[in-house]
Order: sequence, then C-alpha cells, then structure tokens
Amino acid sequence: MGQNTTDATDATFAALVSESTPTLVDFWAEWCGPCKLMDGPLDELAGEQSGKLNVVKLNVDENQATAMEYGVMSIPTMIVFRDGQEKKRLVGARSRTQLESELSEYVG
Amino acid sequence: MTEKILIIGSGPAGLTAAIYAARADLNPLMIEGYERGGQLMLTTDVENYPGFPDGIMGPELIEAFRKQAERFGTRIISSDVTRVDLSERPFKVWVGQDEFAAETLILSTGAEARWLDVPGEARLRGYGVSACATCDGFFFRDKDLVVIGGGDSAMEEALFLTKFATKVTIIHRRDQFRASKIMAKRAMDHEKIDVVWNSTVEEVLGEDLVTGVRLKNVETGEESTLDVDGVFLAIGHDPNTSFLQDQLELDKAGYIVTEPHSTLTSVEGVFAAGDVVDHLYQQAVTAAGQGCQATLDAERWLEAREV
Repeated sequence: MGQNTTDATDATFAALVSESTPTLVDFWAEWCGPCKLMDGPLDELAGEQSGKLNVVKLNVDENQATAMEYGVMSIPTMIVFRDGQEKKRLVGARSRTQLESELSEYVG
Repeated sequence: MTEKILIIGSGPAGLTAAIYAARADLNPLMIEGYERGGQLMLTTDVENYPGFPDGIMGPELIEAFRKQAERFGTRIISSDVTRVDLSERPFKVWVGQDEFAAETLILSTGAEARWLDVPGEARLRGYGVSACATCDGFFFRDKDLVVIGGGDSAMEEALFLTKFATKVTIIHRRDQFRASKIMAKRAMDHEKIDVVWNSTVEEVLGEDLVTGVRLKNVETGEESTLDVDGVFLAIGHDPNTSFLQDQLELDKAGYIVTEPHSTLTSVEGVFAAGDVVDHLYQQAVTAAGQGCQATLDAERWLEAREV
C-alpha cells in the first residue's frame, strides 16, 4: 500500500472516520483492475493534503461488514466522511485531475 | 526536445509498440492515460493469449507487458492526452498544460464499454448497474442478475457471475450469439444461466437500488418485467477518438481509418493500432500484433527520412 494512506479494517473503521478532518475511504479489492488505477493518485493526494484530508483504504474482501453497511456494490467506491458522517460518494475510477476537482471542497 | 516516437494508450497494442520501439533504441515516450492497461484490466482469466497454457489474469498480463516495455527503457506518463495537433510536423501533444513534440505518433487508445442509454441506467450505476463483472460480481452473492449482450465478453461475464449469483439471465437482442462456439456452449450449458432471446432492455427499474428491468421482445413488441438485483452490460465498445476529431480520417463509427494491411493513417507519420482501429477482431493478441506493426512502420518511416 501507499506510504501516505492508512489501511482500515472493520474493527478500526469507525474510529478512523470519526475525525473532524475529512477522511476519504477507498473501498477496493485485489481482484479489481480499476481499483489499482487509483493507488497512485490517492497516495499522491494523501501526501499533498496531509493534515487536511486523510486517505484510508479498506479491503472489501477482508472487511465485508463495513462494505455492506455502506451499501458498496461497485468498486472502486470512494466515500468522504467527516465526524463519522458520509459527506460525498464517488463510484468508479477517475483521473487525478477529476478526483481533485470533485473533492475541491475538501482539498486546499 | 522532439521525441522520435510517442505512443498514446497503454493496452496490448501500445505496450507492444513500446517494447519494439525501446528495443530499436527509439527511446519511446508513452502517455498511458489514467485508465492504463485498457479493457484487459476489467478481464479475469485470459485463456486465449498464446504462451499461457493455464490462462492468465488480464491485469497480470498487462503488468507483464508493462515491465517488458520498461525494461528496455520506455518512459511512461500516467495522464490523459487532452489535445493533439497533427497539422504539421513535429506533431504536438498536450497533457493539460504540458506540451510534447514528436516526429511520429502511434495511436493506441483502444475502446471503452458502451452503455445502453436507457432510463434508470445512469442513475443506478454503482447501485446495481455495472460494466465490470470482475469488479462488482462479489457484491451480488445469492442475487438474481442479468447480463446484456451476445459476444464473448457477455458469456465470460455471465459465467464469472455464476460464482456469486443464484441465477444469471443473458438478454440478447438476436436469436443467436455472436460469441465463439466454445464460450456460447459453456454459458448455455451452465445450470445457473438462462437466455432471453430477441429482447432489448428498455428501462432499468428501481429507486435507490436496481429491482428489475423492463424488456421488449423485438419480434412481437411485447413488453415484460424481470425482477433482478443487478444489471451487467457487455454490449460492445466505442473507440476512444474524441480527441482526434478533425485531425485525421475516422470512419462513421469513430474508428481510425488505416491503409489496408498496414498501420498508416491518413496523416503521414501517424500510425494506429489495436481496438481504436479494429472493429472486427478486437483481441489482445491482434492488438499486440498491430502494435508491433505500428512500430515497424514508424521505424521505416523515420529511416526513410533519416530522422
């Protein structure tokens, strides 16, 4: 995994997304080709936005309870949380540029 | 700096072009696009690529191509080309604000999955509508699904989805599949797979999640509803050529036109290979073959001009 992102599990998920700093959670799996496309862009984003946006990765294969709780039916799905609340949901891979413009309210 | 050879796109065609160009000391630059690897990234087992008797996963095959291209010095940029100017040489290629110049171009941008364009489809994308069975099948354990299409990829998706689903219904607008015999037979023989022939999907039903599809029989005009939890599309592809409009000759469907038995396009010094040209074969191995041809054509062109 990237150097700037944190891996979440069903056990650690709630604590990671409860922060007042926005947290983007990337729901992914090893067998998902398009998910791999997001590894680089998300790691870069996490590095550049350090302190403003946390980036967390959740392997849906190993953490099915969380994926089900949030009704994830397609990956990659990226959800922004703040204070434990879902704020924004992006379904499907996108370019770094598109990702940043869609997250403009959370990144500086 | 003017590149000798610049490759746009990074599926089997582009990566093979890069392997040949790098080995010929042409120091190729590849702009791979953010959807690097192309359609193979959405594929599970590739059983028909020679050299892999036990099959190989699509993304693994791409990874192997890419390593081979990098081993011989291909430089790779992971962004989308936003604009090109083919009106004079060296050709110009832009990635956002960054400008590149090249003596020859190889266009291998491939094709992307086509959508039905019916009510409900866009709204429910990610909520039961998918164009990637390998990515999303996992979320449909013990569900009823439909796969729309009649080619090899529709068969492959349907078979893959039987790992998770209770039942998979293939909806096809004709009375026979255009898939290869082996794939069609494998799908039709499967106990979890049913086929609805001569039918089109007119609407995807559901508020927040897919609950069904509205079907129309193309022969009788009769409409019916099928209750399902997921809709997977495999109805073909459209070439990625919107950035090439008015720059070189495209056919009516948007594919790049090349001279017969070569990769030469209507612009001298611009070559094209793979699914962006080919609406007939569309195989990883044919794309790879054309990628090789494109580099050999470009190399010959450069030599003739002593560039």
